[in-house]
Amino acid sequence: MANERYDVIVVGGGPAGLAAAEAAARGGAKRILILERDAKLGGILNQCIHNGFGLHYFKEELTGPEYAGRFIELVEKTDVEVKTDTMVLAVTPEKQVHAVNARDGYIVLDAAAVVLCMGCRERTRGAISIPGRRPSGVFTAGAAQRYLNIEGYMVGRRVVILGSGDIGLIMARRMTLEGAKVLACVEVMPYSGGLTRNIVQCLHDFDIPLYLSHTVTNIEGESRLTGVTVQKVDENRAPIPGTEMHFDCDTLLLSVGLIPENELSSGAGVEMDRRHSGPMVYENMETSVPGIFAAGNVVHVHDLVDFVTGESQRAGAAAARFAQSGPSPEGRVIEVKNGAAVTYTVPGRIRMANVEKTVEIFFRVNRVCGDSVIRVTDEGGAALASFKREHLAPGEMEHVSMPKVLLEKAVGAITVGVEEA
Amino acid sequence: MANIICIVCPKGCRLTVDEKTLAVTGNGCPRGAEYGKNELTHPVRVVTSTVRVEGAAIARCPVKTAGSVPKEKMAGVMRALDGVRLTAPVKRGDIAVADVCGTGVDVVVTRDLPAR
Repeated sequence: MANERYDVIVVGGGPAGLAAAEAAARGGAKRILILERDAKLGGILNQCIHNGFGLHYFKEELTGPEYAGRFIELVEKTDVEVKTDTMVLAVTPEKQVHAVNARDGYIVLDAAAVVLCMGCRERTRGAISIPGRRPSGVFTAGAAQRYLNIEGYMVGRRVVILGSGDIGLIMARRMTLEGAKVLACVEVMPYSGGLTRNIVQCLHDFDIPLYLSHTVTNIEGESRLTGVTVQKVDENRAPIPGTEMHFDCDTLLLSVGLIPENELSSGAGVEMDRRHSGPMVYENMETSVPGIFAAGNVVHVHDLVDFVTGESQRAGAAAARFAQSGPSPEGRVIEVKNGAAVTYTVPGRIRMANVEKTVEIFFRVNRVCGDSVIRVTDEGGAALASFKREHLAPGEMEHVSMPKVLLEKAVGAITVGVEEA
Repeated sequence: MANIICIVCPKGCRLTVDEKTLAVTGNGCPRGAEYGKNELTHPVRVVTSTVRVEGAAIARCPVKTAGSVPKEKMAGVMRALDGVRLTAPVKRGDIAVADVCGTGVDVVVTRDLPAR
């Protein structure tokens, strides 16, 4: 059997995959296919029924399903093919995509270019090793969100939330509106991991206390959760004896971080960037394997879907170019390194031949910074550019726009660092 | 002077609002000025939730208030949604509840759900 051949195959039909496929179609790629494991397109947006999406991209405030719906409509206007209920099993470095579904069985598809848009998954109780019993009633915040918003099940009545990531904060409000009592939101770090607006509109609006520098140190209950112990932690995140607080609750929601889902990326042989646990990407979101691109939360976890869209459109357009005209031209490659207070950068490397006018560099900081200057320097120590910011926080992704003319002056690698005033 | 954090967009500007003149500073855009003023006079929020839907592939249909409603009416809006039962197909923008709780604001569907 001859394998079917596509210009671009997109793995995943969430916000990243939809934007990548649509951009690839606009970029002139002929046969494009989205492979999605769920029954519907839209990904996690379908269960994010709250508003606040699209302010950057659509300049209006949409809910998750509305944002997804708009992109699904854009894709439907193109010739992009879609296979839902389809699980991708492997992507090879030769860009063969192995997948399985109930209609086609086991299929092997050839692609000129592949865009990896698998998103991320939630860290679980096992990942953070909370001591105690193993009763029911301990959920990741996203799992609870799906039960509540899609399936229509209330997961509990008295709730403690561990972690102050955005999904946890959103679920604090959601559970409260549905009649649950949210007793506390507990965060091990001295600052929140979520957006400030979510602290205000999800916790303050409902008088839900936020315990910073605290964590859950015991889980009680036989068949169902009956309570948790919360303790203050020291600067090394070790629980401080004598600070125990007890909460009677039937539900513990975990919002303790997201991890890019990269089993397929590893199998495809792409180089991973340990700084953000996703594929190392160049300026056009191409991975270390020519013709394999990656975008969205599979690369680095975003706070805002708008930025996922922008990044994925760049990946989709570049994949279309690759399918039509082959690999990027050779030329100088500039590595982008972490400077003071910076935990990662995307891209990891910049190929100057692909830069038209500017390169957007996305990064996160490792602590809350007040009035600061973001400095981009080269190996010779020369400051290439600086950007002022009033406020930087680990929970809020930052980016700077580096003009090509300044990058051309760089000696060796460049470093992005933050100096607090 | 009241210090509040703007929730209009993810930027989260730190607003300072003069209680007497209602003049807002620290806002990055005009929407922030309006939010700051509202927050001191009559705080408003958009409510998002789900309602029962029959004949669709999933059990719940997401909805939102098409505009902001007074903050103190959020619980009332949630109660009004309890008894609502839609039948697929529904489209984005379909009205699930008109003029909810006398606010003059409709509750609208936010996801297309075809009949199964």
